[in-house]
Amino acid sequence: MQTIYTDFLVVGAGLAGERAAVEAADAGFSAICLSLVPARRSHSSAAQGGMQASLGNSVMGEGDCPDVHFADTVKGSDWGCDQEVARLFADAAPIEMRRLAHWGVPWNRVVPGKSIYYKGGKQFEKIEAEDKEGLIMARSFGGTAKWRTCYTSDGTGHAVMCTMDNRCAQMGVEVHDKTEAIALLQDGETCYGVVARCLRTGELLIYLSKATMIAAGGFGRIYPNTTNAVICDGGAHTMCVDTGVVPMGNMEAVQFHPTGIVPTDILVTEGCRGDGGTLLDVDEKRFMDVYEPEKAELASRDVVSRWMTYHMREGHGVKSSYGEHLWLDIRHLGEEHITGKLREVYEICTSFLGINPIHQLIPVRPTQHYSMGGIRTNKDGAAYGLKGLFSAGEAACWDMHGFNRLGGNSLAETVVAGGIIGRKIAEYLQGCETEFKTSLINDEVKKQQARIDALINCTNGSENVYKVRKAMQDALHKGANIFRTQEGLETCVASLQDTLIRAKNVGLRSDGRGVNPELASALKLEGQVKMALMVAYGALQRTESRGSHNREDFTARNDRDWLSRTLAYWKNEGDTLPTLEYEPATVAVEIPPGDRGYGHSEIISADDKKE
Amino acid sequence: MSRLLKFNIFRYNPEDAQSEPHMQEFVLEETDSMTLFIALNRIREEHDPSLQFDFCCRAGICGSCGMVINGRPGLACHTKTKDLPGEITLLPLPVFKLVGDLSVDTGSWFRDMYTKTESWIHTNKEFDPTALEERMDNKQAVEIYELERCVECGCCISACGTARLREDFMGAAALNRVARFLIDPRDQRSEHDYYEIIGSDMGIFGCMGLLACEDVCPKHLPLQNQLGFLRRKMGITSLKRIFKK
Repeated sequence: MQTIYTDFLVVGAGLAGERAAVEAADAGFSAICLSLVPARRSHSSAAQGGMQASLGNSVMGEGDCPDVHFADTVKGSDWGCDQEVARLFADAAPIEMRRLAHWGVPWNRVVPGKSIYYKGGKQFEKIEAEDKEGLIMARSFGGTAKWRTCYTSDGTGHAVMCTMDNRCAQMGVEVHDKTEAIALLQDGETCYGVVARCLRTGELLIYLSKATMIAAGGFGRIYPNTTNAVICDGGAHTMCVDTGVVPMGNMEAVQFHPTGIVPTDILVTEGCRGDGGTLLDVDEKRFMDVYEPEKAELASRDVVSRWMTYHMREGHGVKSSYGEHLWLDIRHLGEEHITGKLREVYEICTSFLGINPIHQLIPVRPTQHYSMGGIRTNKDGAAYGLKGLFSAGEAACWDMHGFNRLGGNSLAETVVAGGIIGRKIAEYLQGCETEFKTSLINDEVKKQQARIDALINCTNGSENVYKVRKAMQDALHKGANIFRTQEGLETCVASLQDTLIRAKNVGLRSDGRGVNPELASALKLEGQVKMALMVAYGALQRTESRGSHNREDFTARNDRDWLSRTLAYWKNEGDTLPTLEYEPATVAVEIPPGDRGYGHSEIISADDKKE
Repeated sequence: MSRLLKFNIFRYNPEDAQSEPHMQEFVLEETDSMTLFIALNRIREEHDPSLQFDFCCRAGICGSCGMVINGRPGLACHTKTKDLPGEITLLPLPVFKLVGDLSVDTGSWFRDMYTKTESWIHTNKEFDPTALEERMDNKQAVEIYELERCVECGCCISACGTARLREDFMGAAALNRVARFLIDPRDQRSEHDYYEIIGSDMGIFGCMGLLACEDVCPKHLPLQNQLGFLRRKMGITSLKRIFKK
């Protein structure tokens, strides 16, 4: 069996992982990224809209600065974030955007003079300053006080991903694509690398490292309807869950994006609404301005998704053979804008829906989009529970997003966090010595080989991988969706507990030889169901509404009892529920909890706490 | 009742000594808005769980799912079955190394291409974190992005006559990449530097001008213009080199 050594091993080759690897390589360390797909196919590349950074170059961003960005982020998180982390992020974002420009990102730039823009379907005029000509331009996004989202047309993720991967090639960072990590090498105290499976041959590989980072993106695929790529299945998270000592943070915080298209749930960017698109109901009437007079379509994603669902429940949805939906209207933006700044949207509509958004309405519904929860780390990106294990990007709960993420903040987070944490890892690697125990490695490989053999030989049973996966997805869809209740969540938890037993009894129908995709799905299934239980059980316990977590039976945000972050562990193999612990949402408090200025405002104050 | 679709799919597992390359037939009932992404997943989940194929974003953004669809390279995710006849033949992309069934190894090919073209900005300027960003004309930024939209699906390479004849031909994707850096004011390489990379039969002079690359590009990149642009530029550079000698 092949054993590969590197100083720094990253599971994932998206923006966060590659950015961190560049930082380590820059400091003279060897770095390898493992990836299911070639790096440029990472889900980072699908991000259309842009990256938030308070450069303040556009006239609509005048007066913007890290303080305003920080405040928007904290409000956006519904005070669920770690404020120290949000501060680190807001301060570093402008520098990181400029660095990306230096590395080659073709950011759209300020064009001086008069131009028109739309807000809430109405036309306005702005004049960009002469002295800002050629600086990085920004567009408007939901939940932000200023135009702050840097972009390259609507292919920001793709453009930045290309540049980052170029930088990796230049710095000698290796990307081992078609390679899937299936277990951490660890002794309960330190992480020494991973056991991986080659997706070209099916053979097992050993990767040893001094520092290991999980930067494998979100886990939206545990839901049936999601904007996430098929590789965002939480496989890397399951390795951490399996250790029993690494907690997942805030798993109940799941973001739904207002504009997934029907029926395929492909995302059309928030840039549509940022650029002035409106949401319409069955009567082709606008409704967001009624529920949210101030922000309307540009309230934060949790708020817009919730009102959309509410409006459909009130009987204003458009009926279709795929269930109810609403309309997104960008027709008034005109052909030039739609085929230019929103070209991906144009292509998605024409290729996947067969409609032309210049003349036709786009069918949309809220769809699972982003996992605020993930591998809990401290502000340096070090995972709780295991030395030498780090995490960044969507995979992590570094926690600048709390209970709701603002659009444009996650794409920015990938490179900003990747940079900050990459430097911390380079510091960690300086003078770091380690020893690898061959017995530990051999035992883990044997254990993984035994798991594979049991699946192939149907030793534990012959439950169908895809049917069990569907049962998990359906349970979450029914019980842990945009609106949540005690009854729904209890049913969901019970049903997932049954599914967990079924997941333990999975057996392959195919022979499992070579790359075998059925085996790849089966290896992570049990871990996925455990994660689904963390989502549902965490949501059941959290008797309040905060950001994306919305309890119909507990509608107030309860700062008195719940200004906290959930930590979910799977402590023993035989457990049927995760073990939940809690920690304060933030230790540093720059902005005390208050009203967000949009969404519901029912708040139980922390001051009501009885001493 | 909707159409019954007949799929003829190439099967071969190189990791299985018993496996022989052959075509296998699957029949599915067509559903509303069905794409090849939906169809292939249904075949895997309901008929043969060992079937190998690649999808990632399933939204036409990442380029994973290039395959030969009824004789033409294209992205499977945004191919709607209603635009195809009732009999659909799927083959893996040629030129790239076969992983199994419909899955090919585009990653290694493209990684090799980055190395050959040195696909990064060559500059001696240091980044200064305390300074404002360097200014750039917006039009220029848009032009660069236009060429950077390549999703590396490999369709252009698979449809290329020269690439089918000679393994070392760089193909439209690589030439497009070179054009992207050539027009970028941040890259300080000279035309002579670029000539070293593409001024041969492996590069721009190997192109036979069949232009299937542009015909099949799912992102509609202006590959034909780039080939013409580079050929003119490199032709002139070539003449200059001859007269300099």
